[in-house]
Amino acid sequence: MTADHRTMALLLFGLFVAVTLAITTWVSRHRQGSAEEFYAGGRLFSPMENGFALAGDYMSAASFLGISGLICLVGYDGMLYSVGFLVAWLVVLFLVAELVRNCGRFTLADVVAARMRERPVRIAAGTSSVTVSVLYLVAQMVGAGSLVALLLGGTGEAAQAWTVVGVGVLMVIYVSLGGMRATTWIQIVKAVLLLGGTVALTVLVLLRFHGDLNLLLQTAAERSGHGDAFLAPGLAYGADWTARFDFISLGLALVLGTAGLPHILSRFYTVPTARAARRSVVWSIGLIGGFYLMTIVLGFGAAALIGPDAVRASHASGNTAVPLLALDLGGGAGTTGGTVLFAVVAAIAFATILAVVAGITLASSASVAHDLYASLRRRRGKPRSEVAVARVAAVGIGLLAIALGLLARDLNVAFLVGLAFAVAASANLPVLLYSLFWRGFTTRGAVWSVYGGLVPAVVLVLLSPVVSGSPESLFPGVDFQLFPLQNPGLVSIPLGFLAGWLGTVTSAEIPDEARHAETEVRSLTGAGAV
Amino acid sequence: MQPSNSGDVAYDDPWYDALASGWGESPDAGVPPARGERDTTVTAADIYLEVQRSAAFQEVRHRYRRFVVPAVVVFFTWYVAYVVTATTSPGLLARPVAGAVNLGMLVGLGQFLTTFLLTWAYVRHARLRRDRAALELRWDTQELARGRGGPS
Repeated sequence: MTADHRTMALLLFGLFVAVTLAITTWVSRHRQGSAEEFYAGGRLFSPMENGFALAGDYMSAASFLGISGLICLVGYDGMLYSVGFLVAWLVVLFLVAELVRNCGRFTLADVVAARMRERPVRIAAGTSSVTVSVLYLVAQMVGAGSLVALLLGGTGEAAQAWTVVGVGVLMVIYVSLGGMRATTWIQIVKAVLLLGGTVALTVLVLLRFHGDLNLLLQTAAERSGHGDAFLAPGLAYGADWTARFDFISLGLALVLGTAGLPHILSRFYTVPTARAARRSVVWSIGLIGGFYLMTIVLGFGAAALIGPDAVRASHASGNTAVPLLALDLGGGAGTTGGTVLFAVVAAIAFATILAVVAGITLASSASVAHDLYASLRRRRGKPRSEVAVARVAAVGIGLLAIALGLLARDLNVAFLVGLAFAVAASANLPVLLYSLFWRGFTTRGAVWSVYGGLVPAVVLVLLSPVVSGSPESLFPGVDFQLFPLQNPGLVSIPLGFLAGWLGTVTSAEIPDEARHAETEVRSLTGAGAV
Repeated sequence: MQPSNSGDVAYDDPWYDALASGWGESPDAGVPPARGERDTTVTAADIYLEVQRSAAFQEVRHRYRRFVVPAVVVFFTWYVAYVVTATTSPGLLARPVAGAVNLGMLVGLGQFLTTFLLTWAYVRHARLRRDRAALELRWDTQELARGRGGPS
C-alpha cells in the first residue's frame, strides 16, 4: 500500500486512541477503586448503553474481517458464522441474561458458588474463564497482525510484532486505569464507529450493483470460478464426512458458546436490574443482527468486486477482504476516495480489535482476581487489594496474549474465535445451566462439568489438524494429530454436560435445598440482587 | 400499600422503577448477602424456602418455563436442522428459487427472521405475564428478609 494509506490510517487510528485515552483518564478521575466500580462500572448504565457495549464486545474483528473474508473465499459456507453468532443470542436472552444478573455479582463463578462449596467451584470456573478469554484474545491479536501486514504491504515483520505489542500495552492501560466504566464507553464508541463503517460500505456495495442483490450474487458466483456452487453449502465443508462433522461441530459451538463467554456475562452486571439486562440484550440483538446481515453483503460484495483469488493472494485465509473492498469501492488504489475509505476501514478495524481486547482482558482479570486469587490465597486485607490484583492480572494476560498472537498469526480469525466458542460452550455453559435449573446439582457435579468440558476441548484442539499434521497447521513440521475435526465442540460439549451429570449422581453430597431455593427465587424475582 | 404503589408508578420504565425497588436501599437493609456472613443463614434460608413454596412464586416460575422451554426447543431444533441439512444434503438447499437466490439463502435469512421474532415474543411475554408478579415477589421477599434477618 502507498504511504498515503498508511499516514491516513495511522492518523485516524491515532485519533481513536486519543479519544479513548481521554475517556479513560476522565473516567478514572472519579474512580473510587472499589470492586463494584472496577468490575461493574457502578452498575448504573442504561439498557441502551449496555446494549451498544454488548454489541461492541461481540462484533469483534473476527466478525468484521474474518466472516466477510470467509464468505468471499468459500461463499455460502461462510454464512454459517453469521447465522450461528446471531441465533446464539436467543440462548443468552432466554436462559442466561436475567437470571445471571439476579444471582451473581461480577463473574460466572459467583452464580455457581452461591449454591456450592465455594473454593473448588471458583477455581474451576475461574480457570475455564481465563482459558476462553485467552483463546479469544489470540484471535483478536491475529486480526491486528493481518491488518498491519496489509497496511505495510506484507513486508514489515517487525512492524507487525510491534503493533501487536502496542495493542497489548494500550489495552492494559485502558483496563487497569479505567476498569469497567472506561471499557464500556470505549465499546460504545467502537460499536457506533463499526456500525457506521459497515453501513457505509454496504450502501456503497449495493449502489455499485444498483440495488440489485440478484446481480450481486450472480457476479460473485461468476467471479469465484465455482459458479452456482458458490451460493450453496458444501464448498468448504462438503468434501467428505470429516468436513461435514466439522461444520456441525462449529455450528453447535457458535450457538452454545456465546452464553458462556466471560466478557459477555460480566456485561450484565453493569445495569441495575434483570429487566435492564433483558432490554440491553434486545438492543444488542437488533444491532448484531443488522451487522451480520451486512457482513454477508460485504462478503459477497468482496467476491464480486475483488474476486477470491486477489483476496487469497493478499492473505491466505481472507482476513483482508473488507479493507481491499473498501479500497475498490472508494475508486481503487491511488485515488483519493480509495485512500480515504481504506484508511477509515483500517482504523475502524483497529479500533474494534482494541475495544474487544480491552473487554476480554477486563473479564479475565476479574476471573483471576475475584475467583482464582480470592480462592487460592487466604483472604487477607481489604477488598481494595482484589482490584490491585486485577490490575496486575491484566498486565499478565496482556503479555500472554501478545506472545500467543505472534505465534498464531497465519490462521483465520473467525476460525480461531470458533475454537474459543467451543471451549466456552463445553466448560462454562453446562455448569451455568445446571446450577440455575437443576435442583439436585452438587459441588462435585459443578467441578466435574467444568473440567469435563474444558480438558477434552483443549486436548482435542491440541490433537487436531489445527496444531499439527497438515501444511496449514501451527507446527507443520511435526505430526501428533489424532483427532480429525478442527472444532472440538461436537464431542466436548456433550462431554461437559455428561460430566456434570455423572459427578452429581456419583457424589455423596446431599444437595442443599435452601440454597437451591435461594438461587431459584433470586434468579426469577431479583430479590436480594446487588 | 407501598410496594404495589411503587410497582405501578414507573412501571413502563423498569430502569427507574427497579431503582426505586431495592437499588436505592441502604446496604444494611437486611437483604441476605450472597455469601459471607452465614450466621443469618437459618432465617434467610427459611425465607427463600417459604417464598419458593408460595403459590405466587410457583406461578411466576411456571409462566417463565412455559414460554422458555418450548421456545428453546423450537429455535434449537430449527437451527440444528438447518446446519445438518446444509451438510448432509447441500443439493436441497442449492435449489434455485428466483434468479441467483436459492433455497439455502432463504433458509439462512429465515434464521435471522425467527431470531428477531422470538426475541420480540419473549420480551412481550415477560413484560405482560411475568414482570409485575416478579417485582412484587422481590419486594415481599426483601420485606420478609428485613423483618427477620435484619441486623438492627
